[in-house]
Amino acid sequence: MGAEMGIKTEQGDDRRGPDGKQLLDLVFLEARAKLIDIAGILDRIDRYGGAEDYRLRAFYRALEELSRPGGGDRARRVLTTFSDPTDEPVDSPLMHGATGAWPGGEKE
Amino acid sequence: MVSRTTDDYLAMVTAGCRAVCEPAFWAGYDRKSVDGFYDYFCQLTDYEPKRAAKFALPHFSWLCLNPKEAEDTGLADDVLALIPQFLDRPNVLGIGEIGLNKNTRNELSVLEKHIDLAARHDQLILVHTPHLEDKLKGTRLIVDAILGDKRIEPARVIIDHVEEHTAPLVLDKGFWAGITLYPESKCTSARAVDMLEMYGRERVWLNCACDWGVSDPLAVPKTALEMRKRGHSEETIDRVLYANPRRFLLQSPRFAAVFGDEGMIFPTVPSGKRSLSPTRDSF
Repeated sequence: MGAEMGIKTEQGDDRRGPDGKQLLDLVFLEARAKLIDIAGILDRIDRYGGAEDYRLRAFYRALEELSRPGGGDRARRVLTTFSDPTDEPVDSPLMHGATGAWPGGEKE
Repeated sequence: MVSRTTDDYLAMVTAGCRAVCEPAFWAGYDRKSVDGFYDYFCQLTDYEPKRAAKFALPHFSWLCLNPKEAEDTGLADDVLALIPQFLDRPNVLGIGEIGLNKNTRNELSVLEKHIDLAARHDQLILVHTPHLEDKLKGTRLIVDAILGDKRIEPARVIIDHVEEHTAPLVLDKGFWAGITLYPESKCTSARAVDMLEMYGRERVWLNCACDWGVSDPLAVPKTALEMRKRGHSEETIDRVLYANPRRFLLQSPRFAAVFGDEGMIFPTVPSGKRSLSPTRDSF
């Protein structure tokens, strides 16, 4: 990157790279493709009869977070949407692995 | 790396990796007896260093019972009693990766016993945080458990697999934060660099997932490319990918015995193109 592109980050480091518009130029097509891929996945699920599933409902809640105005913490908010918000350890595991979304809230 | 072929060691050395750090982890199945762990610890501390040495790659390991196997508390106690006899082996860095998997009471109890073991033997700690929906809660429980033992200095603990919603919880308490890179499903190189930019890079290191699933032992060197694309300097890249993990690991006398004299082992590897490549367990 040329010196004319230099900006300072919050850490005051020596990064001399793209500004927001230049970054958009670099990543827009990648982001667009990922978004359309998600649209295709959701269409596919619908076309195959849909799914009444806590993971899918959590996914749509996460999409709402994605659409809310910035603040620079969309990734954190999306991750939190999928997370178990409780504080106490559980007595025994319901399953060995993780599914990607917390089902507990819908059982209450 | 017991789950990988030697092709990976060759690729890592070629890409500038200076050392590999392998935590004790899940075998892809639950072991049935303490004898299985004895054999595994021998593999991590004897055979695997020799396999890596054929590629001039120093191999280090961490020892523990992985949280995925912590529900059997009787077996856990047997394994905890086994670990001290391995702690003096020359490639052992400390206790890890301990932590939680599904945030159960038994897992938490075994975690506390591992913390006690580390404190009694003055060992560094590497912590596994749960994945996906269990990570946020698990990270909170882990942070509380470690801070609850006043013998443990947070600066001697790295809490691994942080993401955007957990990195501040870890860093704000004085721990090191590990960002584990995956080619799919979890944290990408791009998000890892986002976190460096948002949360600072003073006590952060990056590591590759190198496990039984889809994972990439070159994920750390590839993250250097992402940093270059964004305009980070070669000095910054070297500091994050090499100097940071080295700085944490020099707290281990066994690591310092090999890396205390920086630059003397592979002096032909240029700054900015080298990395320590801590690996990690399965998902």
